[in-house]
Amino acid sequence: MHELSVSSAIVETVIRHADGRRVSTVHLQVGALRQVVPESLDFYFAVASRDTLCEGAELDVELVDALMRCRQCACEWDPAPEPLHSGDPAAALPRFRCPACEAAGAEVLAGNDLLIDSIDVETQPAVAGNGSSNGRDPRDLLRGR
Amino acid sequence: MHQTKVKVAEDALDANTTIATANRADFDRAEVAVVNLMSAPGAGKTMLLERALAERGDLRVGVLEGDVQGSIDADRLSALHVPVVQINTDSGFGGECHLDANMVRSALAELRLGELDLLVVENVGNLVCPAEFRIGEDAKAMICSVTEGEDKPLKYPLMFRSCELVVVNKTDLLPHLDFDLEALVANIDRVNPEATVMQLSARTGEGVERFREWLFGVADRAPAGG
Repeated sequence: MHELSVSSAIVETVIRHADGRRVSTVHLQVGALRQVVPESLDFYFAVASRDTLCEGAELDVELVDALMRCRQCACEWDPAPEPLHSGDPAAALPRFRCPACEAAGAEVLAGNDLLIDSIDVETQPAVAGNGSSNGRDPRDLLRGR
Repeated sequence: MHQTKVKVAEDALDANTTIATANRADFDRAEVAVVNLMSAPGAGKTMLLERALAERGDLRVGVLEGDVQGSIDADRLSALHVPVVQINTDSGFGGECHLDANMVRSALAELRLGELDLLVVENVGNLVCPAEFRIGEDAKAMICSVTEGEDKPLKYPLMFRSCELVVVNKTDLLPHLDFDLEALVANIDRVNPEATVMQLSARTGEGVERFREWLFGVADRAPAGG
């Protein structure tokens, strides 16, 4: 359900930038720390974009790995767990504590984004008027209205 | 049909962040500090607040209560004679699963912020979406109860990472459970080594004093009166 909240936020932002033009592709960068499942995002984006300028648009998701930097020793590392089949059980757990000096404090260099990088729009206005949407809240669809 | 690329370079949650910043400015003007309290449903947010707010001295505390429906929790807290405002999220999103900055903003009109030192926002019970939406708070805290399983930090790292305090509640039940408290603490450390971890039982009251000190200490983070 988390992806529904995120999808609605994406649709609202994209419509603001589309300036009345129909959107064909949304180029999105999703950080690994955001816990967004791409397949689920696709599904909810289709729901949230219905009856808007984003309807039918493709979601082009680029996954961005997380990168941390230790505030103590400036070591940089990816905190994401490795797949279970990698062989080392300890590596299959996330590690946000510095692997070099064991310090707790670190800043996130990458992986926190839900960045709408760009959108591809059709150059002919989709509809007359402001065309931003048909005035319906797309989320009403979820309530069967 | 010709295509044009439009550069956006905007985070999808920027709109929420903008409203959260506006909330923040209102809180600062009123010199009130805000705690966003989150957990899974049934972890004991309301009972812990009941315990903590029962002894609040001169501190002026208000509560913003987020639920999908009903005012059961708000009614419980009103009994302590603290101002409580209920936000029901079912009007927003077919049953919104979290509070966002705008929902909090719409409820602020009903609260006399100037008469408060501390505002506690009891978020909708959910370990996923509330972690995404800032509301303009000074501190985020969460409750994880020992009936939930020691693997929860690994399953909901975004929530555990977003909080500076993790309360481990219902410790009075430990003798009846196969719960590995050490494993929970180790898992919290894996995803958020900077978090403060407090073990307590809201039911028996054991350990609640420490939480109360932390909670009321957040009030000192509000800008001093001029």
